[in-house]
Amino acid sequence: MSTQEQGSRGAAWLAALTDNASRAAGFPDSVQVVDGSMGEHSARYIAVVPDADNAYPRARGGEVGLVEGWALAQAVRQVVSADADADAGAAQKRAIVAVIDVPSQAYGRSEEAFGIHQALAAAAEAYATAREAGHPVLGLIVGKAMSGAFLAHGYQANRLIALDDAGVQVHAMGKQAAARITQRTVEGVEQLAETITPMAYDIASFDTLGLLFARVSVADADRPSDEDLDRIRQTLERALADIGQDVSLASRLDADGRAASVKVRERLRAQWNGD
Amino acid sequence: MDSAELLQRESFVEKNARQRVQYLLDAASLRELLDPFERLSSPWLPLQDIVTQADDGVVIARGTIDGVAVVVAAIEPAFQGGSMGEVGGAKIAGALELALEDARASKPVVPVLLLETGSVRLQEANCGLAAIAEIHAAIVALRQHVPVVGVISGPVGCFGGMSIAAGLCSTLIATREARLGLNGPQVIEQEAGVDEFDSRDRPMIWSLTGGAQRHATHLVDTLCDDDSADIRTAIAGAVARPVGNLARTQAVDAHLERLRALDTGRRADAEWAREVMAEEIHGSGEGS
Amino acid sequence: MQRLSLDYPAGAPAAARALAGVVGSGDLEVLLEPAENGRSTVAITTSVDGVNDIWTAVIDRIFADADQPAVALEINDFGATPAVVRLRIAQAMEQAASGAGRT
Repeated sequence: MSTQEQGSRGAAWLAALTDNASRAAGFPDSVQVVDGSMGEHSARYIAVVPDADNAYPRARGGEVGLVEGWALAQAVRQVVSADADADAGAAQKRAIVAVIDVPSQAYGRSEEAFGIHQALAAAAEAYATAREAGHPVLGLIVGKAMSGAFLAHGYQANRLIALDDAGVQVHAMGKQAAARITQRTVEGVEQLAETITPMAYDIASFDTLGLLFARVSVADADRPSDEDLDRIRQTLERALADIGQDVSLASRLDADGRAASVKVRERLRAQWNGD
Repeated sequence: MDSAELLQRESFVEKNARQRVQYLLDAASLRELLDPFERLSSPWLPLQDIVTQADDGVVIARGTIDGVAVVVAAIEPAFQGGSMGEVGGAKIAGALELALEDARASKPVVPVLLLETGSVRLQEANCGLAAIAEIHAAIVALRQHVPVVGVISGPVGCFGGMSIAAGLCSTLIATREARLGLNGPQVIEQEAGVDEFDSRDRPMIWSLTGGAQRHATHLVDTLCDDDSADIRTAIAGAVARPVGNLARTQAVDAHLERLRALDTGRRADAEWAREVMAEEIHGSGEGS
Repeated sequence: MQRLSLDYPAGAPAAARALAGVVGSGDLEVLLEPAENGRSTVAITTSVDGVNDIWTAVIDRIFADADQPAVALEINDFGATPAVVRLRIAQAMEQAASGAGRT
């Protein structure tokens, strides 16, 4: 493990959850893929991690860049292809766990020139395809889950689980950039986030939107203890059982957390077929 | 093109979202869902002293295009930069989810998305992001049954999570006035510095992310002028096309091979991108 | 952001509802619905503070004729000039009169 990776929660949790099993070959250093288990089930664990030697300079800090997007798609599609003939359901189709600690997508000139949006689309599609094919797909948020990076790595999961920790954040944009784009100060953005739930960065606020299956307390989010690990493994297994035959994202719609999202769908359904 | 032709053209870019929908659908077939008089506007903007639009900037309509049953979702470019809030996002996601139910029940409805958006509305950040994930999910599921058609006409362009949605469409149509990219110029400059990306360098930005460049590099299928009739013809062709594989998202090996061969120390420009991406990637070769 | 409510004597209810404009920079959205006999109401939400007098003067002139159809107007304004305000309201009134309905 390089010095860069030691600071990565994604790498730490991936290693812990798979008992330091060796990584699958054929992936860039920034995309770690390990085949392991989850209780009695087989599972593939995937994390995007920092790589100081990444050939793409703008993707050295754990960002999801061009190569990372396509490598994620590869890691997920391999499982879908290999299990294509298995019956749907947890017992037959391998589980896929996205271990999420992504500070952002990669911001750069090459990234835009060579179509980073398409790389992220490939990753999002691979996860969605796996879920639709009956693979239980779980997202475990151990650090940052930001914007396009989260859309590509984890937001297509059947169930989302997050560590209850100050270093865990979900948002559409970093505070500095959000302040510039909305023509506010960083303090102004922080102040608004205290009253406007969807603008908050902290995981407790995010949880009130109803998008999480569980928020789990741990003693140390940077270096998981055996107890932390047990608790997370139990939660992952509970989520796996909860998925059952559900291949959709419907469990995220919560009438308390996202009242308007629920109401819009009800009214749309009522009008869909006309009078 | 001579001036007579130019004068005959009816601009699509200048139309607002509802006018675009009215133009595209067969006469008398249009039925708007959740119209402005339903008053489903943003619950979050008034809390921040920002004026709402009664339809939250998204028009949903059912109808036909040359006889093909469609549901059109059009984002209003003028309202809050086409940004996706909770209500507008739920309108698009919900319409796609209902189209999916119909498609599974052998009642195909082809979605047409008019993508005119700077992406997530930061005033509703996590609600917008969640809705975009739901839009992605629905597009991927729908493509098993029907084509999903994306259109980027300008003037806003298509960015952020919605550029990912554009990348998931079966057919993507763009005009020369459109831009398509993951990150907006201001954000790249903020995060990477002005040397990496100067958000005031408009020629550079257009050369990399403009509709013509995206078409030349096969990230857009059909390039149109800002001509309503041309755009409608392109859409009518796309909605009638059979469902197929999408190499743009599925040909993993070929894309990775190309990226790994790049000299990443070189400063990217439009010409180089066209060289690298000149050859269209086909098939659905999956990583193995 | 500021809100303002006005009302005026009017004639018979308008024939249909109508919509004009969008909430874009320098523009506004007008939602017009038929109102009860004899009274028109105008509810304005504007992004520009401190211009109530201008709004009142502009709308007073539009509704000066008490025989006009009774309407309930909702206006969502994003910094439109008085000329644009008059144009959008006229467009909505015209549509409502021709019975074209929603646009």
